[in-house]
Amino acid sequence: MRAFTQHKGIAAPMDRSNVDTDMIIPKQFLKSIKRTGFGPNLFDELRYLDEGKPDQDCSQRPLNPDFVLNQERYKNASVLLARTNFGCGSSREHAPWALDDFGFRAVIAPSFADIFYNNCFKNGLLPIVLEEEVVDKLFRETADTEGYQLTIDLEAKTVTTPSGESFSFEVDDFRRHCLLNGLDDIGVTLEDADSISDYENNRKQTAPWLFNAGN
Amino acid sequence: MAGKTLYDKLWDDHLVKQRDDGSALIYIDRQLLHEVTSPQAFEGLRIAGRKPWRLDANLATPDHNVPTVDREKGIDGIVDPVSRTQVETLDKNCDEFGILEFKIKDQRQGIVHVIGPEQGATLPGMSIVCGDSHTSTHGAFGCLAHGIGTSEVEHVLATQCLVQKKMKNMLVKVNGKLGPGVTGKDVVLAIIGKIGTAGGTGYAIEFGGEAIQSLSMEGRMTICNMSIEGGARVGMVGVDETTIEYVKGRPFSPKGEQWDKAVEYWNTLHSDADAVFDKVVELDGSGIKPQVSWGTSPEMVTGVDGLVPDPAKEEDPIKREGIVRALKYMGLEANQKITDIQLDRVFIGSCTNSRIEDLREAAAVVKGRKVAASLKQAMVVPGSGLVKAQAEKEGLDKIFIEAGLEWRDPGCSMCLAMNADKLGQGEHCASTSNRNFEGRQGFGGRTHLVSPAMAAAAAVTGHFVDVRELTH
Repeated sequence: MRAFTQHKGIAAPMDRSNVDTDMIIPKQFLKSIKRTGFGPNLFDELRYLDEGKPDQDCSQRPLNPDFVLNQERYKNASVLLARTNFGCGSSREHAPWALDDFGFRAVIAPSFADIFYNNCFKNGLLPIVLEEEVVDKLFRETADTEGYQLTIDLEAKTVTTPSGESFSFEVDDFRRHCLLNGLDDIGVTLEDADSISDYENNRKQTAPWLFNAGN
Repeated sequence: MAGKTLYDKLWDDHLVKQRDDGSALIYIDRQLLHEVTSPQAFEGLRIAGRKPWRLDANLATPDHNVPTVDREKGIDGIVDPVSRTQVETLDKNCDEFGILEFKIKDQRQGIVHVIGPEQGATLPGMSIVCGDSHTSTHGAFGCLAHGIGTSEVEHVLATQCLVQKKMKNMLVKVNGKLGPGVTGKDVVLAIIGKIGTAGGTGYAIEFGGEAIQSLSMEGRMTICNMSIEGGARVGMVGVDETTIEYVKGRPFSPKGEQWDKAVEYWNTLHSDADAVFDKVVELDGSGIKPQVSWGTSPEMVTGVDGLVPDPAKEEDPIKREGIVRALKYMGLEANQKITDIQLDRVFIGSCTNSRIEDLREAAAVVKGRKVAASLKQAMVVPGSGLVKAQAEKEGLDKIFIEAGLEWRDPGCSMCLAMNADKLGQGEHCASTSNRNFEGRQGFGGRTHLVSPAMAAAAAVTGHFVDVRELTH
């Protein structure tokens, strides 16, 4: 996995709450058997005026001029500002894959849905929870200043604005450690293979029915 | 010391290792696999040169992409080449790695969350995962069941464990008796309407109280299924006689001495009387009416006798904006009667409501009636080949067909429209599925979430109607 240590990039405001994973990447694009190439279809139904189809050349499609990421000033954004319960709905990891493929490295919101939040960490995408008032302030400042950039430091667990104002965020130690070092968490778990085998052998004695094959 | 909640017990029984950093390794007894969220996981194993830790813990079936017609053609019946590749890839991966799969032409094929319980592959007390957020369904059996992403599917394949941090405990207690015509679906929609779509975030929810205990396993599965629509990754119901009775005699269920030993353990799978929950929410079950969602989030729901809300009356600006946007997308007016919403299509199916009891409830309403002429389509999609066979044995297929509903083959179908079954732009659908998000059932489609009985009532009238007026 790609490591995340520090990142500085343009912020884009996604000003609606309960953004669901169907909205982030609609189902017709989940038919891919790859992990990459979802970027052009990120927010497909909001971003384009027509109905998107898999394997289509999106550069020829009519853009929705009102959609935030279609505005010139946000085209190179890499930090997404969002509202409460971002990423609710399905468990599709295609949602973080699409955000990543578009070029986002972090999402900042007052709250995230659990599965989406978890999926982000597996893909080097950092979800950051900040107080609602702080997020409001970042929304205002982003709107007011073209080219508004945020600096994210995972080591220090801070988000810093262009004026130097800094906000701290919380993140689990294990997740932070994996992300800072770009660790493959399967490899980390397999270091405990003996513990897993011990548990399993014990369960075979105490709950043997869990190891039956169907008939 | 306070007693343990059901979640505490399940957590303790699956804990392989508690790490110093607060994370833990949780052993997974069963992984269900389908074609959409598994290909990249198998590819990851291949690239890293890893093998599945325990083959017999896995069970696979294609469900999201499968067509609901022409199934005798098997994979060749999948018209969309991209969908076909995904189903073929699942077959290839399961064959290569040696994982049991119910393939497209197998009568046991169906929606993962229907076939697990049907086969007894879902047993009380198990920890279960699937790359699908509706895995919470299996919590109805007193299981610790999580929806996971594809990286975690790969992680569980390779290690039989999930890295987790313990969640908080929430009890949703539905007191009293449900009225006639009120189902598990109405209960869960009412719960989500009350707690909101993020109300359960960070919690494992246990559903309890008289109204839950009196439900069948199908009703409990419907409720646990939609835990995720209330924000909770995990939903569950304690084990009782109803649970054990359902599990008995299924292909994967224990037999003989193992059965007795299992039952003894299963009977301990309920929260202790003195267990402490971090949060408790109570509802009066006797006051719950048949529910209809009007907006683009499952929390945007009301009783069938209600009105579409007026954004002007909402004080919170973000919520107000959400209502305005939802009404625009749904093509509805503030203060419009729910019963005045005219429908284009009706969909009865999905992992929420496609089990035999759901089909019986729908059939009871349409029996001797006809689908309204104003509808373009009304379809019934059973949850598995075995549900379909059972329904046909009971003659339900004939009731549906005589009433003018289409009787299809099993799969996820129009719940998320990854196959050919979808809504056209602007069409209103009474749907027994779980999500009314924008575009969920088709580009520009407008979904209203209801119970099977309410969907059936809408099918024969062409608009929403209180099913109790037709049946009682």
